[in-house]
Amino acid sequence: MSYKIYVPCDTTAASVGADKVAAAISQQAQAQGVEVELVRNGSRGLFWLEPMVEVETAQGRVAYGPVRASDVVSLFEAQFFQAGDHPLKLGLTEEIPFLKQQERLTFARVGVIDPVSVSDYEAHGGWAGLRNALSLTQADVVAAVTASGLRGRGGAAFPTGIKWQTVLKAEAEQKYIVCNADEGDSGTFSDRMLMEGDPFCLIEGMIIAGLAVGATQGFIYLRSEYPRAFATLKTAINNAKAAGFLGADILNSGKAFELEVRLGAGAYICGEETSLLESLEGKRGQVRAKPPLPAIQGLFGKPTVVNNVVTLASVPIILAKGAEFYANYGMGRSRGTLAFQLAGNIKHGGLVEKAFGLSLSQLLNDFGGGSKSGKPIRTVQVGGPLGAYVPAEQFDLPLDYEAFAKQEFMIGHGGVVAFDDSVNMAQMAQFAMEFCVEESCGKCTPCRIGSVRGVEVIERIRAGENREANVELLKDLCDTMINGSLCAMGGMTPFPVLSALKYFPADFGVTAAPKV
Amino acid sequence: MTATIQALIDTHRSQAGALLPILHALQDQLGYVPAEAIPLIAKSLNLSRAEVQGVISFYHHFRSTPAGKHTLQICRAESCQAMGSRELEAYAKAALGIDFHQTTADGAISLEPVYCLGNCACSPSIRVGDEVQGRVDTAQLDALIAELRQGVVA
Ligand SMILES: NC(=O)c1ccc[n+]([C@@H]2O[C@H](COP(=O)([O-])OP(=O)(O)OC[C@H]3O[C@@H](n4cnc5c(N)ncnc54)[C@H](O)[C@@H]3O)[C@@H](O)[C@H]2O)c1
Ligand SMILES: Cc1cc2nc3c(=O)[nH]c(=O)nc-3n(C[C@H](O)[C@H](O)[C@H](O)COP(=O)(O)O)c2cc1C
Ligand code: SF4
Ligand code: FES
Ligand code: FES
Repeated sequence: MSYKIYVPCDTTAASVGADKVAAAISQQAQAQGVEVELVRNGSRGLFWLEPMVEVETAQGRVAYGPVRASDVVSLFEAQFFQAGDHPLKLGLTEEIPFLKQQERLTFARVGVIDPVSVSDYEAHGGWAGLRNALSLTQADVVAAVTASGLRGRGGAAFPTGIKWQTVLKAEAEQKYIVCNADEGDSGTFSDRMLMEGDPFCLIEGMIIAGLAVGATQGFIYLRSEYPRAFATLKTAINNAKAAGFLGADILNSGKAFELEVRLGAGAYICGEETSLLESLEGKRGQVRAKPPLPAIQGLFGKPTVVNNVVTLASVPIILAKGAEFYANYGMGRSRGTLAFQLAGNIKHGGLVEKAFGLSLSQLLNDFGGGSKSGKPIRTVQVGGPLGAYVPAEQFDLPLDYEAFAKQEFMIGHGGVVAFDDSVNMAQMAQFAMEFCVEESCGKCTPCRIGSVRGVEVIERIRAGENREANVELLKDLCDTMINGSLCAMGGMTPFPVLSALKYFPADFGVTAAPKV
Repeated sequence: MTATIQALIDTHRSQAGALLPILHALQDQLGYVPAEAIPLIAKSLNLSRAEVQGVISFYHHFRSTPAGKHTLQICRAESCQAMGSRELEAYAKAALGIDFHQTTADGAISLEPVYCLGNCACSPSIRVGDEVQGRVDTAQLDALIAELRQGVVA
């Protein structure tokens, strides 16, 4: 009898030793004559428990973790392959509260299946959305996406159905689907987890997008920092092609869709969609003025859908289970689920897919278990380096796009980075400006020069020079950047800065919170 | 070298937007994009040398000079800062006796900054070659540096 054992191949699992654990398990199994089938799955997203090893049993999968290679001998002694008792045993994976309390729609298969097996994907509900889409008109597919309420998960939250409608209506011989897999934001890893753990879900979403708007070529623009995702995607694309899901005649429908992965080259700004398109065309990643929107004039001047990984990967379930099924999750105009990512100084870091509407404090305490250091969480940055710092007194705000925007906060891509009370917020504000200096594409002055000035002014404030006057200067500068920048790089860098100043004035050495 | 460069260019030149794939291929093979590649690329893609140079210099990933035997990247972004990456960075610089964008005198290690490796649930993070390491502390960094210096890790 062969025992099925799962050891994640996910980057983060590997970063804490999963490959060594997998090797040790293979070696021990051989030495002891135990027959095992080792599956390299994606991660379930319970990263504080990684490397998390699972074994299949009649009752369901049983987890052990965090496992080090040096634990493997004792795991075999405990007959873990038959779910034997061991200090690292966590019980049934699906019963672990962090996972059990989630609503996994987009990430339903991540960590569950063999990422590059077409048949495993199919056995877990894959390709059902595509099959339905093939039986619908283009307008009906777009209508389903619109009715689901799905909004751009890359951060700007623009309604996906409306974007697709624009591309559908645009007349052109060639249209493109471009997946934005640049995931540059600190605190985010959901795109990577999806691509490493369930790449066919993204591929299926892109094929459906292609059918819907009449595009026959897709590109995935992947950041070069993700070599594992790159390898997984290439294998998955080849396997999908061999199985007839990609190519000149998808499932004998007469419809064509080709897909290629292209690597970025370490530029944060290339996550901005027009910069990304320039980069795909082989140029410097300099931002283009909008309009024209990419939906009208995108890649090589042709109508192009640019969507984030998680946006596209949410499409298959919408087409499989219906728009209403998806729209029934969420609150207000934030429909469906978001894959929140808990990072920074947090005890239980990982992925939490939940319907919109829960609060930060639920995320940080019920899921996250508080800070890793054990000290109070003073603030969290939500939505990446361009997102505001939310102070602890606002942790009960519901996670809803509009509720956040009202407070000048941003949910963005759903990254939540926790800081304990040792953080110096003036230093973080300075870093936001430094990051903008580093990553500005250089096209417009408020961003390129403004960020350099921003660093200098904050340095002076921190050094105690003319504090009140320099704080005024900083606010003016932020105003100029917000109103004068061509894109959200320069336009949103002020948000972390101003929020730090507004909620943590003492860190800047000023007493009263200045009006911002 | 010229023949190698031209062969790599020819493998990728026919695709749309070929410049980045060509630069990646060169850097993967040679470790950097040598100056002598620029006129060859320019000619093959019908671009000016300045355009090619402009693209190379725009992207942090591409280098115009060879790196040390190993490249050690330390994440400087927010999540890693929340878990002590500033201290880790200072420690690495002191241990190696170099700053970012420099290479140790023995040619073993180049130190580079990076802004997020998508490994933020296990911050702080570093990367050596294609391997990311998470939850890194100074002891682990010491061990790694020693390993790299001995040329144990490829
Ligand atoms: N995921 C990450 O790593 C990351 C990094 C940095 C920033 N961001 C996010 O990026 C956001 C800003 O992005 P942006 O500048 O692209 O925002 P945007 O509001 O300009 O555009 C959002 C999307 O909607 C499309 N769109 C807008 N109007 C349209 C219309 N009438 N018809 C069809 N399509 C239309 C745009 O083309 C774009 O794809 C920020 O809010 C931030 O959250 C994400
Ligand atoms: C500086 C900057 C960086 C961005 N980086 C990303 C990114 O890495 N991934 C992403 O999906 N969107 C990113 N965006 C947003 C894109 O411009 C665009 O809105 C998004 O890809 C659209 O897809 P969506 O509607 O599915 O979210 C960035 C925007 C800016 C201004
Ligand atoms: S705001 Fe900054 S990144 Fe955006 S176009 Fe201007 S210079 Fe480029
Ligand atoms: S380049 Fe735009 S201000 Fe000079
Ligand atoms: S911030 Fe360092 S890995 Fe994301």
